[in-house]
Amino acid sequence: MTTIETPAPQPSGALSSGSRLFALAGRYGTFAAFLALVVFNMAVTPNFLSWQTLNVNLTQVATIVIVATGMTLVIATGGIDLSVGSLMAIAGALAPMIFMGRFWPVENMGLAVALAFLIPVVVAGLFGLFNGLLVTRFSIQPIIATLVLFIAGRGIAQVMTNGNLQVFKNEGFQFIAMGRIAGIPAQVVLMIVIAALAFALVRYTVIGRQIIAVGGNEKAARLTGIPVRRVKLFVYMVSGALSGLAGLVVVARNSASDANLVGLGMELDAIAAVAVGGTLLTGGRANIVGTVLGAFVIQLVRYTLLANGVPDAAALIVKAGLIVLAVFIQQRADKH
Amino acid sequence: MHTLFRPFAIKSSGDLARLGVILALFGLILFGALRYDHFLSPYNILSFLRYNSMFALIALGMAFVIITGGIDLSVGGTAAMASVVAALFSPVHWAAGLLAGMAAGFAVGALNAFIITKMRIQPFIATLATMLAAYGTGLLLADNQSVSVSYDSGFTVIGQDDFLGFPIPAWIALAAYVLGWLVLEKLPAGRHVLAIGDGEATAGLMGLKVERTLAAVYLASGTLAGLAGVILAAQFGAGQPTEGVGWELFAIASVVVGGTLLTGGSGSVGATLAGALLLAMVFNILNFENGLGWISLSAYWQSVIRGAFLLVVVILQAKLMTRRKTA
Repeated sequence: MTTIETPAPQPSGALSSGSRLFALAGRYGTFAAFLALVVFNMAVTPNFLSWQTLNVNLTQVATIVIVATGMTLVIATGGIDLSVGSLMAIAGALAPMIFMGRFWPVENMGLAVALAFLIPVVVAGLFGLFNGLLVTRFSIQPIIATLVLFIAGRGIAQVMTNGNLQVFKNEGFQFIAMGRIAGIPAQVVLMIVIAALAFALVRYTVIGRQIIAVGGNEKAARLTGIPVRRVKLFVYMVSGALSGLAGLVVVARNSASDANLVGLGMELDAIAAVAVGGTLLTGGRANIVGTVLGAFVIQLVRYTLLANGVPDAAALIVKAGLIVLAVFIQQRADKH
Repeated sequence: MHTLFRPFAIKSSGDLARLGVILALFGLILFGALRYDHFLSPYNILSFLRYNSMFALIALGMAFVIITGGIDLSVGGTAAMASVVAALFSPVHWAAGLLAGMAAGFAVGALNAFIITKMRIQPFIATLATMLAAYGTGLLLADNQSVSVSYDSGFTVIGQDDFLGFPIPAWIALAAYVLGWLVLEKLPAGRHVLAIGDGEATAGLMGLKVERTLAAVYLASGTLAGLAGVILAAQFGAGQPTEGVGWELFAIASVVVGGTLLTGGSGSVGATLAGALLLAMVFNILNFENGLGWISLSAYWQSVIRGAFLLVVVILQAKLMTRRKTA
């Protein structure tokens, strides 16, 4: 949506109170919403301040954060990745097949579990690379390029497993979801590590800067010698690999892998987390902390409504309003 | 560009793509007719048309949206909600069910139009949100289960009966396509749609009412999705709040296969219909092939094949685009 606008020069300090409000809301809105939700729940929801509530919310938000981190990088380059849920299903289908010996007999369980971690993530990363190739080599718009695997990816997972539920019990593999590191659930540790790595990547590395530059102005980035294609391939590959990892967490948590369900609708949750977190969907910005907060806000809204007996369907409507409101405030704040 | 005056000669890669999809469609029909005994049987043809009219209607609205350079992800959720609304109103009168379903679609279209033109939020994110809202509303209205339609008011006729030997849904889709073709090719409104897709800012400077045209396009897409929901409810005898998942993608794929560029500014109504029929025909042929017993592909292969098909089409489109640029 382009509009013809003549940017009015605004002397500093002469901002109208309305635009200052939007600027404030744009910067601190997500955090304020998060705090408001916590305070609201403390007042209204019974047993909100308990370890169990914290545990439930943290473990549910972990996979959204992991996927949304990759999504933030893709969106920062001006792209989008619709295939994340399908790639979760593929990785989630592959892992049990490996340690249950569907491909080759398992002689050493330790090795099999290591491969069950490694191979699905690599495969999902390669599918991400495929998305990136469609975007860079063939100049296909990201929505359509990743639509291909959104449609076909879940089908691939279903064909691999013939649509059957794979039930398993494997302590080594399930450590990623059930285990605890210093008392903290392993998936939560994983979430923190990944978000921290992505934050450092954006803030302190050359490729992080290049990602922002590509999304800000692709032509200018190319002219200044930034390898635009390689940067894009990188973000789609990372998004794919992180989706694969999230798929492993989900199946490990459920002790079962259902190719029909793993990661279903995840692209929406991830995009919503990014949007609510304040990363512009037009690219040129990557607010990892915002994305984490955005994911927490979405999870808390869902929890608040469920815990207070509001039907799941109404939660969908609230989520829709939240996305529109967040993007609207962000855009208004950005103009000033 | 080539969009204002379109002579019969092939002038652009877009025309080539459109010719391609029509040839491919005839090729598939010929293949099916020669290979399977009952492919051209009245039963297969009629049930094919009856079932796929819903998708054709949604693809038509999507074509208009995409020609303006936008996208409408809410159509599947809208159809699901409209099917519930239509089912709830069907005991009153068959026309009440029909109108209520279309009104539900119109309402979602109006919401899309407001968010996109007034709040200036990208169509992608706006319609993503309204998709969630439409599903939520449908589930709330239906109390999370399918809602049976009335069999006494004649509502099911809309989805199940024939008129002059052809299914009524097919007549509805045909009428919508003729109307769509008239608007896009013969009326000033169609040229406005194309001009906005070519460049919104330029169209605004030329004095075109950009906001109003964009609003009209999303209203049309919503209403057509509502109509598809009515047909869904009438055909299967129930409003189905969880149906419609992935319909938006099927519609986008149909439009793309029909040679319409997703960047907007060009497109054709006829080729969109051919694209929708072509995608549907792939599954029809797959079913027949399974019936022959040479291969046995599970239903899961359908989405893999659908994705592969989309892949081939977008790569061909990209090749045509680059050739046009270098030529």
